[in-house]
This record gives sequence, C-alpha cells and structure tokens, in this order.
Amino acid sequence: MAAEAGKVDPMHQFTIEPLFGTDHWAIAGHNIAFTNSALWMAITAVVLWLFMLGGMKRALVPGRWQMAVESMTGFIDGMLSANVGPAGKKYVPYIFSIFMFILFANLLGLLPLGLIGVHPFTFTSHFTVTGVLAILSFSIVLIVGFWRHGLHFFSLFVPHGTPWWLLWLIPFIELVSFMVRPFSLALRLFVAMMAGHVLLEVLSSFVINSTNAGAGFGLAIGVPSFILMIAICALEMLVAAIQAYVFALLTSLYINDAENLH
Amino acid sequence: MPQIAQIAATYASQIFWLLLIFGAVFFVIGLGMVPKVQSTVDARDKQIAGDLAAAEQARKDADAREEAYRAKTDANRAEALKVTQAAKAKGIFDSETALAKADAEIADTVSAAEARIKAASDAASAGIETIAAEAAQAMVARLSGANITPAQAAIAVKAALANG
Repeated sequence: MAAEAGKVDPMHQFTIEPLFGTDHWAIAGHNIAFTNSALWMAITAVVLWLFMLGGMKRALVPGRWQMAVESMTGFIDGMLSANVGPAGKKYVPYIFSIFMFILFANLLGLLPLGLIGVHPFTFTSHFTVTGVLAILSFSIVLIVGFWRHGLHFFSLFVPHGTPWWLLWLIPFIELVSFMVRPFSLALRLFVAMMAGHVLLEVLSSFVINSTNAGAGFGLAIGVPSFILMIAICALEMLVAAIQAYVFALLTSLYINDAENLH
Repeated sequence: MPQIAQIAATYASQIFWLLLIFGAVFFVIGLGMVPKVQSTVDARDKQIAGDLAAAEQARKDADAREEAYRAKTDANRAEALKVTQAAKAKGIFDSETALAKADAEIADTVSAAEARIKAASDAASAGIETIAAEAAQAMVARLSGANITPAQAAIAVKAALANG
C-alpha cells in the first residue's frame, strides 16, 4: 500500500492506525484508542450479525440464507458431537462464535477493497488478537477441566498405557505439550494469515515494480506474478476457512480432554 | 513487523476491543441467535420424524385394513358359496319331493279313473243285458205272440251274449 519512492513495504498493511480516542481513552493508564483493527473487529461482528439475521426467520421450510446459517450451526454442532460427544452441546455457542468470528475476519481481510482506497485490515494477523482468543479457549479448557475433575485433571498428563519406568518422563512431556497449546493455537492463525498477506503484497510489488521498470520486465515478471497472485488469492480464501476450522477443531479437541478425561 | 514494533503502544487497545467485540459476538450471536437457529433445526427434524412416523403408521393401518378386507371378502365368498350350494341342494330335494308327490297323485288319479271306467263298463254291460232281454221279450212277443217271462229272456240273452 505504501509505495514510497517506488518501494512497497509488505509489512505496512499490518500497521495499526488509531482512528480516534488516542489522547484520553485509557483504562488504568493503558491507551485503548479505537484503531483500524478495532474498526475491522466491529465490521466483522456486524457482518456476522447480519449473516445470522438471515437464520432468524425460523421458517419450517428454510430459504437459501436460512439454510446457509443452519448449515454453519449444524457444522459446529456436528464437530462438537463428533469430538466431545453429547457433553459438547453446551460449547456450541462459544465454538460457533470463535469459528465464525475468525472466518469472517479472515475473509473480510481478503476483500479487494484496496481498489477503492480502503485498507481491509486483517486483525487475525496480529498475535495480540489471536493470543487473546487462544487464551480464552485455553482458559475454558482449564476451567472446565478443574471444575469437572478437580485435581484429578492432572491425570491428563499420564496417558493410558504409560509404562511405569517412564512415569518420571511422560508427565513432563505431556505438561509441555499441554502448555504449548495456547501458543500453537495463537501462532498458527497469526502466522498463516500474515504469511498469506505478505505473499500477496510481495507479489503485487513484483507486478508494480517490474511494470515500472519497462514493458519487457512487466511481461516477463509482472504477468506471471499477477497470475500467481490470482491463484494465491484462491488459496488464501481456502486458508482463511481452514485456519478458522483448525482453531475451532483444536479448541473442541482440547475441550474434549477437559470434558472426557481419558 | 508492526505486530512486534507496535506491541507496547497497541496491546491494551487490541485486547480491550477484542474482548469487548468478541464478548458481544459471543453473547448476542453465540448465546442469543445460535440456540434459536438450532431449535428451529431441531423442531424441523422432530416434525419430519413425526410426519414419517405418522406416515408409517398410516401405511400399517392401510395394510391391516386391506388384510381385514381381504379376509372378509374371502369369508363372504365362502359363505356365499355355502348358501348357493345349500340352496341348490334344497332346490334339488324340493323338486324331487314335489315330483314324487305328483307321481303318487297321478298314480292315484289314474287308478281311480280306471276303477270308475271299470264300474262304468260293468254297469254298461249290465244295462245291455237288461235292454237286450227286454228287446228279446218284445221281439218274441211280436214274432210269435208267445209271452215269455223276463227271466227266460234274460237267460236267453245271457246265453247269446256268452256265445256271441
């Protein structure tokens, strides 16, 4: 976006720009300015709400939109009942919210709004955001685990069939793998989204710079790069859906650990 | 990398707005709208299952009714066959009885008639003798002038009839 002196900075798209409230919006000294990131969170929430409104007609014979909404809830419901079982029913609101929020954020961030001068900000490419979502999911796992099983939840770190002579090592490995979960959850989404956007930005800089360098360069480098960009845009839409799915799936798998301890 | 370069300046804002907006999404959409959508789906599934069960029940009823109808028809047919056979047998018996009775009556009538004919012919032949005797007496009186008694005439007639 920032073509300063013919240079395209692929990281510039991730810059957070405060829109208002920079000066005096603060909680305990921490500035909580309304930024472009917050704006796109709000847009995501509103778009998601509009999408859901189509499912509120509650018709016996659903229209296309209602069918789409119902297939999304049915998808999450099916995922939870497959991974957690009957006890998974009560997590549908949370998993649905997190799946749809991430999915819509990822997809809205891919909108080609740059064409009309608007910068679609993908807030899921910030680990402050994905980190909070991961910590939310991880906290639910911890709370449910200790609520349902008490201190017995620690037996999660001793899988079935652990040989007695490995009891000194396995719980440690399990503990590490358990504690890594929120990081892997947060970093996976953040990295996937950021990498895709950087890749598109780098390819677009190839197109711009090679074309600026002359028609020959433009044909030799710009056109293939542009074709590749189209293909990667399709891939990015797939990644946007897959990353939202992975986040929701892993959260439901972790919840399964907490619900049905071995 | 702005995510790291700006973290000190923006983390509070990011976390605050994310919690606020995601919280709103969770409470309004997750807790408010999703259960309603699911209840719609559940209600529909239930209705479909109910309708299917009702259709299955109706099909079973129809089958049972058809079976009953068939059994009834069979029974009726058997009954009708029985009735016709009985009627046929009765008809045969009745006609035979009537025939036998009529035969007997006819035989009686015939024998009575024969008896009457015999009596009549007897009477007739007796009459003939008397008349012949009177005629013979009259003929003898006319021809010979001899008076013969009716008894003599009768004897002569009888002898003539027996010979003739």
